[in-house]
Amino acid sequence: MIEVRDLHFTYPTGVEALRGINLTVRDGEFLAIMGQNGAGKTTLVKHFNGLLKPTAGEVVIDGVSTRDASVAQIARNVGFVFQNPDHQLFCETVEEEVAFALRNFGFKETAIKNRVDWALNLLDIKRYRETSPFMLSGGERKRVALASVLAWDPKVVILDEPTIGQDHRQKEKLRQFIVQLNAQKKTVIVVTHDVEFVAESNPQVMLMSGGEIVAEGDAREILTDQKLVAQASIVSPEITQILSGLPDLGIQKNVIDVHEATSILLDLLEVAS
Amino acid sequence: MSMFEGFRFRRVSSVVHLLDPRAKFFFVCVLFITAILNSKLPPLILLFFVPLPFVLMAGVQREWIRSMRGALFFAFIIFLFNFLFTYLYTEYPQVPSAPLLERSIAMTLRFLVLVESFSVFFLTTSPDHLGLALEQSHIPYEFCFAFTTAVRFVPVLAEEAQTIMDAQKARGLELERGNFLKRVRNYIPILIPLIVGAIRRSLELAEAMESRAWGASEKRTNLYVLKLKRNDYLLVLISVLMLILAVYVWLYIPIPSLTILLSF
Repeated sequence: MIEVRDLHFTYPTGVEALRGINLTVRDGEFLAIMGQNGAGKTTLVKHFNGLLKPTAGEVVIDGVSTRDASVAQIARNVGFVFQNPDHQLFCETVEEEVAFALRNFGFKETAIKNRVDWALNLLDIKRYRETSPFMLSGGERKRVALASVLAWDPKVVILDEPTIGQDHRQKEKLRQFIVQLNAQKKTVIVVTHDVEFVAESNPQVMLMSGGEIVAEGDAREILTDQKLVAQASIVSPEITQILSGLPDLGIQKNVIDVHEATSILLDLLEVAS
Repeated sequence: MSMFEGFRFRRVSSVVHLLDPRAKFFFVCVLFITAILNSKLPPLILLFFVPLPFVLMAGVQREWIRSMRGALFFAFIIFLFNFLFTYLYTEYPQVPSAPLLERSIAMTLRFLVLVESFSVFFLTTSPDHLGLALEQSHIPYEFCFAFTTAVRFVPVLAEEAQTIMDAQKARGLELERGNFLKRVRNYIPILIPLIVGAIRRSLELAEAMESRAWGASEKRTNLYVLKLKRNDYLLVLISVLMLILAVYVWLYIPIPSLTILLSF
């Protein structure tokens, strides 16, 4: 469980990035953090594995304050997948890359081998085992980065902008994968701008703006609230926009899921004919 | 990274910022030469204080202090090596004595003066101005461009290095763990992505520039032309006087060391 108590953070440059965040992320929760650029999303999640330490307030993970533990200690339970895989890939082969963190955490060689196999299978990149990560495509590099974090099986997985720079198919695969992770009782925290991604995966949503939490709730509630959405500089999913653009036909309008919208519209057609 | 911070330009305006980069560079060079000419402690202490008024006038104290703090590590190494190797391998004063200590401190201070003066220069000179100054000194445009681009990308690379460090730490890398050799090796996961990224970025930049017809016109003109003003001439004058004084002292006046001065 991650507990954030009155967290303030000011960068050495004087920029006040977080102004009093209070938040609890329960085990097994699926949380999407949304908001405009510079809202403090990444700054906030960097507190969850101790990369940043609070200027004031506290972040407590499973009863331990992040002030009292090193990043490596916290990272054992909290995996963080960075936005750009090129910021971490450096080994000669994909296999080595995935094993890197396991070596850092002191796993035994046999365990490393098993876990690397497991992670490569999980992300469907087994055929690249001996390939250099630099030879892979963007989407594949992303998967290697993801595998290199999931390999040590952290309880919490944080993903910073996982869908950026991926084509539709990759994105959908990744989305299903993330939903699956959460179904396996992992706590998943996603920082994202991608409204469609959130609409389709239906997590809890937290909106941030100017270093503060603007709203918290389930995806449908937040993404259909025009005022909130505008405040956080995002837009509602297209399907929500279409429905709210229709005249009053007596149909439900706070819909974010395409399938749900389709059945509502089909019902309407049936009634009409 | 803190030492790089000290060379990072911030867009503010002050008397010092408005000085012509050529005049400032000349001043910094004179400081440099003076520091090299002197190996005794008293004049070096004096030299250390020369750039301070500029720091205060420019209002860059915080950045300046940060760069000095960054230089401390290297200063310490220089001190250690001077002290140790002068003691071990030269006839100098055979016991670890006050003169030896003073000499080591003087050498360290010389380094600090160099860092200090260049830090002031870079903190108060925008890369654009610097490029302009180079161009107007009849250096080929390609070199000027390469230089200003390099300067401009230092903060970008520093930021990227920080992100990479975070990413690797998040995968359990502990930079401060192990003996000296292990610690050096700990930086491999930082350096490789950084270098690969820099190469990739430079290729992208080259393509972007070519697609915008870089180098198409033979003769370039500039919107802004640097011109020396009263303050610039004043600074040059001060620098010249300082240089003459320094050379004169170097040639004709033997400066006693602090140890000798104090023993009177």
